[in-house]
Amino acid sequence: MSPDTAADPAPPESARPEPALMTVQGVSKVFGGLTAVSDVSFTIPSRSIVSVIGPNGAGKTTFFNMLTGLYRPTVGRITFLGRDVTGTRPDLITKMGVARTFQNIRLFGTMSALENVLVGQHSRMKAGILGSILRTPGVRKEEERVRTVGREILDFVGLPASSFDQLAINLSYGDQRRVEVARALASEPKLLLLDEPTAGMNPNESDRLTELMRKLRDEKELTILLIEHDMKVVMGVSERVTVLDHGMKIAEGDPATVRADPTVVEAYLGKQG
Amino acid sequence: MAIASPDQSTAKPKRYSLESGLPPVVSKVLFAVLAVFAILLPFLLDPISSLLSVCIISLAYVILALGLNVVVGFAGLLDLGYVAFFAIGAYAVGWLASGFFVDANVHIGVSGFVLNLPGVHMNFLIVLVVAMVLCAIGGILIGLPTLRLRGDYIAIVTLAFGEIIRVFAVNGDQIALPFGDAKLTAGRQGITPVDQVNLPVLGQFTQLDLRPWYWLVLTLVFITLFCVIRLRDSRLGRAWIAIREDEVAAASMGVPLVKTKLYAYGVGAAIGGISGAFQASYLNTVNADQFAFSFSIFVLAMIILGGLGSVWGVVFGAVLLSFINSYLIPDVLRTIPEKFGLEFELTDLGFGIFGFLLLIVMVLRPEGLLPEKRRQIELTEGVGTGESTFEVRA
Repeated sequence: MSPDTAADPAPPESARPEPALMTVQGVSKVFGGLTAVSDVSFTIPSRSIVSVIGPNGAGKTTFFNMLTGLYRPTVGRITFLGRDVTGTRPDLITKMGVARTFQNIRLFGTMSALENVLVGQHSRMKAGILGSILRTPGVRKEEERVRTVGREILDFVGLPASSFDQLAINLSYGDQRRVEVARALASEPKLLLLDEPTAGMNPNESDRLTELMRKLRDEKELTILLIEHDMKVVMGVSERVTVLDHGMKIAEGDPATVRADPTVVEAYLGKQG
Repeated sequence: MAIASPDQSTAKPKRYSLESGLPPVVSKVLFAVLAVFAILLPFLLDPISSLLSVCIISLAYVILALGLNVVVGFAGLLDLGYVAFFAIGAYAVGWLASGFFVDANVHIGVSGFVLNLPGVHMNFLIVLVVAMVLCAIGGILIGLPTLRLRGDYIAIVTLAFGEIIRVFAVNGDQIALPFGDAKLTAGRQGITPVDQVNLPVLGQFTQLDLRPWYWLVLTLVFITLFCVIRLRDSRLGRAWIAIREDEVAAASMGVPLVKTKLYAYGVGAAIGGISGAFQASYLNTVNADQFAFSFSIFVLAMIILGGLGSVWGVVFGAVLLSFINSYLIPDVLRTIPEKFGLEFELTDLGFGIFGFLLLIVMVLRPEGLLPEKRRQIELTEGVGTGESTFEVRA
């Protein structure tokens, strides 16, 4: 844990060996009488893949929603790139470089795959009302650029070119997941949060997604935070695993250690004997 | 990989197919034919015929409907107080192009006999810009309190705002302004007469020749259409549709909800102001009774009937309903009750007839007569995003 990064507005290209991209300090979220997340501290090192696992209702998604600004933490502090982002608006956090996908796919169903990705690029575009009406050379160029980039991203995540202009709702489940990842990538994130990306996928599809995650880390130099139920995916791809149960962090470490931890086994399977 | 070719040629064809399902060439030809017909129409009609007047009014309604469509159709913000902007646009004319402020003596961009009249007299083009700016500000002010709300609640707040503006208009003759003995409005009595439009090429407009009025409003329709379509196919238009589809996802993708919604309110309101200013000049009066709640509903009915979100559907819906309202019911079908030996005015049944039409459309074609392709998919196949409980701070 290195809470001192908060005071240090280090640029992303910082030369230090493994600077923390995001730090979470003692964050809790209370809904009425229910404590969904309780005093969780956490760091995400740059260019790594870390996972959060836990049984259903452990508070994983709530935790995620606080990181992306959809929920304001009841207590605690979140910093990203050394800046305090606790309770910052979701679009501003996205603009700073955090992108996410959703557990239950939330694509814009009646927009095409490409249009979805174009929305993802919103924060990287400048066109205003007058520019859009007059379609100034700058706006025209920008529109061309984002369309080209959008196609490249869709291509990168492995969507067949014939599906680019298909409406999102008409795509297969696996392709919708892919478009969601593409939409998130389109915002040029430094940190990508994937909320159960392999839910509902067959083993073949989740293998391909695992492959994609590695590719993102290695080729695009992304940091990935993963919530996942599929242990094969988690154990295969993560450098570090954090286990939540009843909103509390009960274990953290490399996959092998966590898997052997008796408290983790207990959380998943109940007390033995 | 297909690289976007210069200009918007890669984007346009697909947009057209999303909108109308027609190949781009066909839609372009269709549009050209309709445009030429619309431009030449006055030559087929008597210059002071009531039918031409009906055409003018329905084109003014087209502008209103296009403006409301930005708010309700594109951004999905149900606005039931749209009449407010019609009113503000109309009062811009009442204040800046009439003898209403008798103590003032301001003449800008006007010529001829108007120069000798007391009051504030500005050229219509200046008034138009002022109307748009006033309305955009009004739209943003009305939008602000609704930002945290969703769906039905937005409808209730905007409805109340529409009523507030109406009540101000009705009681404005009691509200003294800080200069002279000027009042805010002329209430039910109305500000009349107001200056007739005087434009560089078309000259002084009169009630004896309606053709210039027709071409003016047609030009305004074309400009509005142009702006609305350009906006729809832009970064902002995509953000509006994204918000309509899923606010939480849109915010998480970097779309600033507050700004994007306020843009929708502002743009929609400014367009409403254009129509308000035009109609005030054309009808030669700014009367508080014009700004009833039913007016908002009437415009809303146009865009629902035509197809929420669909630009061409909205144009069609507006023309259709205003023709039924100002031509079919009062002129063509007026004698029907008599023929059945009944003694009532068919115009009294106006809203009943609209309600019946809407009901039929909703049952047979819920997505509207010329639906936006997206909306059609949503209604027939169901894009469930479900209720969300995220506390998005808008």
